[in-house]
Amino acid sequence: MLDQLEGGPWPSFVSGLKRLAGAQDKPYAGMMKDLLGQLERSYETKRGYWKGGTVGVIGYGGGVIPRFTELRGEDGKPEFPEAAEFHTLRVMPAPGMHYSTDALRKICDVWEKYGSGLIALHGQSGDIMLQGCSSRNVQPCFDEMNELGYDLGGAGPAVRTSMSCVGHARCEQSCYDEIRAHTQIINAFLDDMHRPALPYKFKFKFSGCPNDCMNAIQRADMAVIGTWRDDIRIDQDEVRKHVSGSTRQAVIDNVVTRCPTRCVSLKDDDTIEIDNRNCVRCMHCINVMPKALRPGTDRGVTILLGGKRTLKIGDLFGTVIVPFMKLETDEDFEKLQALSQNIIDFFAENALEHERTGEMIERIGFANFLKAIGLEPDPSMVLHPRTNPYVRTDGWEEEVAKWNARQGAQDTGGAP
Amino acid sequence: MSDPAKPRMPVESGVPDAFQFMHPILKKNYGKWKWHERPRPGVLHHLAESGDHVWTVRAGTQRQMDVFTVRKLCDIADRYADGYIRFTIRSNIEFIVGEETKLAALIAALGAAGFPVGGTGNSVRTISHTQGWLHCDIPGTDASGVVKALMDELHEEFANERMPNRVGITTSCCEINCGGQGDIAVNIQHTKPPRINHDLVANVCERPAVVARCPVAAIRPAVVNGKPTLEVDETKCVCCGACYPPCPPMQINDPEHTKIAIWVGGKHSNARTRPTFHKLAVAGLPNNPPRWPEVATAVKKILRTYQQDARDWERIGEWIERIGWPRFFELTGLPFTPYHIDNWRGGRGSLNASAHIRLSAGTGSGR
Repeated sequence: MLDQLEGGPWPSFVSGLKRLAGAQDKPYAGMMKDLLGQLERSYETKRGYWKGGTVGVIGYGGGVIPRFTELRGEDGKPEFPEAAEFHTLRVMPAPGMHYSTDALRKICDVWEKYGSGLIALHGQSGDIMLQGCSSRNVQPCFDEMNELGYDLGGAGPAVRTSMSCVGHARCEQSCYDEIRAHTQIINAFLDDMHRPALPYKFKFKFSGCPNDCMNAIQRADMAVIGTWRDDIRIDQDEVRKHVSGSTRQAVIDNVVTRCPTRCVSLKDDDTIEIDNRNCVRCMHCINVMPKALRPGTDRGVTILLGGKRTLKIGDLFGTVIVPFMKLETDEDFEKLQALSQNIIDFFAENALEHERTGEMIERIGFANFLKAIGLEPDPSMVLHPRTNPYVRTDGWEEEVAKWNARQGAQDTGGAP
Repeated sequence: MSDPAKPRMPVESGVPDAFQFMHPILKKNYGKWKWHERPRPGVLHHLAESGDHVWTVRAGTQRQMDVFTVRKLCDIADRYADGYIRFTIRSNIEFIVGEETKLAALIAALGAAGFPVGGTGNSVRTISHTQGWLHCDIPGTDASGVVKALMDELHEEFANERMPNRVGITTSCCEINCGGQGDIAVNIQHTKPPRINHDLVANVCERPAVVARCPVAAIRPAVVNGKPTLEVDETKCVCCGACYPPCPPMQINDPEHTKIAIWVGGKHSNARTRPTFHKLAVAGLPNNPPRWPEVATAVKKILRTYQQDARDWERIGEWIERIGWPRFFELTGLPFTPYHIDNWRGGRGSLNASAHIRLSAGTGSGR
């Protein structure tokens, strides 16, 4: 059946598996022949045949995904013995997934020596996945990868490998240094990555602008999204060029009327005017006219918390916990790190087993979570205020005083 | 290193330095880019504040790559693209060059080696990829095979930018939905409760943890044939498979009853509208390897309808939001069933609490 996935215009993973199985001079040829045997069986029976187990490297409690075959005969012997152990090493790539060919070739060389020769670039968590290693070879493979400068990523109830967009490296829409944020934050939590002891997984993702190319809001416990406070930069000459290269109606239909807060106007002289006070930084007009419009220069990040996929209570979006913070100076990055530490500490102490941050917040209430973390409530955190009266409000005056104090501090430009 | 008395301890080096692997022009202009344009599908052209230019060529890969394929891509990068590459979140490879004159040879080399160039702008993007039968311990279907079969059918839309807006298709081989939210999501949907091997549960499963895993509290301790085990209240069970990972004797996968559902309208970006979750379009499709033809037919029907009916820049979810769900089901010819109505927590928020109904002559019952 797998043969039928070799033809066609898209690159075929089956042809790749067969190349490995056919490399008779390589140590993995037998393993990959048996792997193809087990996979073919899955295609015939529509069943998976892997089970987990416990395999790791000295000093770490995670980062290896153990896989043992379940296809065994009456005598308990594996039907495809050479692929009976087919573990994955999750290895963290550089932020932005940049490689020199020299670096990639060295990874291939190590992996050919110890593993199957099959590499997933990359897994959904953002790891280099070295797929297909015997139990015996996991340690020496890791040792050589580690000597090359790579470290294992996260698995199980741990801080997971992160992802960041290409960002500052090649995108004019990037609003903060994603590589610095990604590197500093993840490296601050390596103990929580390599020695899984959290209630469940915790994911950081870093997107340089609200286009959120890393899908952070829906997929990360903590989503760090670049944004800006000042005005969208407009090059009116480029706006005119865009209009003349298109049509006025196209600009009205595709830019003006698609603005979610109706803050873009096309003027009679084919320039654009933007009501920046009402702009929600959605990125649409900038996406349509990338030569004419750019994010402002007073940049920072919006932080959302609690995104996750389906199990257990259904998919959840992350929601805003920090509407805006600057992320430029050492102090700014330290502030982000302290906030992350604070949240992970609270998660570690208060979440139930196998409960993600979004589920924990749903269970304990968002207002209670904010109070516990020490974040002040902000109207940018809600779509609208509550619609029911089921809340005890006898602390009202105290809270109003706090709000007024914060407003006063902002008015005078005071800290924090 | 091999002395068992003194094991090698890991160097906890964490995230590798990205700058050592970054194309020199990207490194030089880090954080200082001015604008970009797309000269053709699969190619991005960026201008830096410094006046430097880079061109990026994006190509699809099979994600699960053998070392020979990886080295072939390295050879192409060494010969045509300055020796640097990067990967996107959807497993596309990107080659970066500083001179426009290098593009033609690079694109030709990729074509000759069988890597389709595309995946930019308003194209169908590479389908997001999970593990499936190749490596997952709980898969209802394969991942790489579904992606390969669908991309074979959609590759022309990958290589062109002729959709109203980008289309991100995702796949997930169980209901955990590792593939994430998609404009079109192809996900496993189990239709029967788990089949329990009562002989194994007590030895293999941590029973209280399994009970706690169930989203509808349908699992309870039981004794069968004198052995402690678990049982499922099948009237409550929503067949999600959450009990299967912590308790493999509660087998949820079934060759016949494990089906495929297609969901539409998921969106990650904040552009125009807030991010959205995908919604159920059709369920009950057979899990039919090696090429899943029924899934391909349904995906193409939704895609073509969107292509014909949506306006510029509308993502699939935004298009449906404009025309309304009744019209979506009418145009695609897909049935609307009780299973489309959300009974889960918060589900009332998805009901129509208004008299806003798109009517036309002949709508509804009566004359």
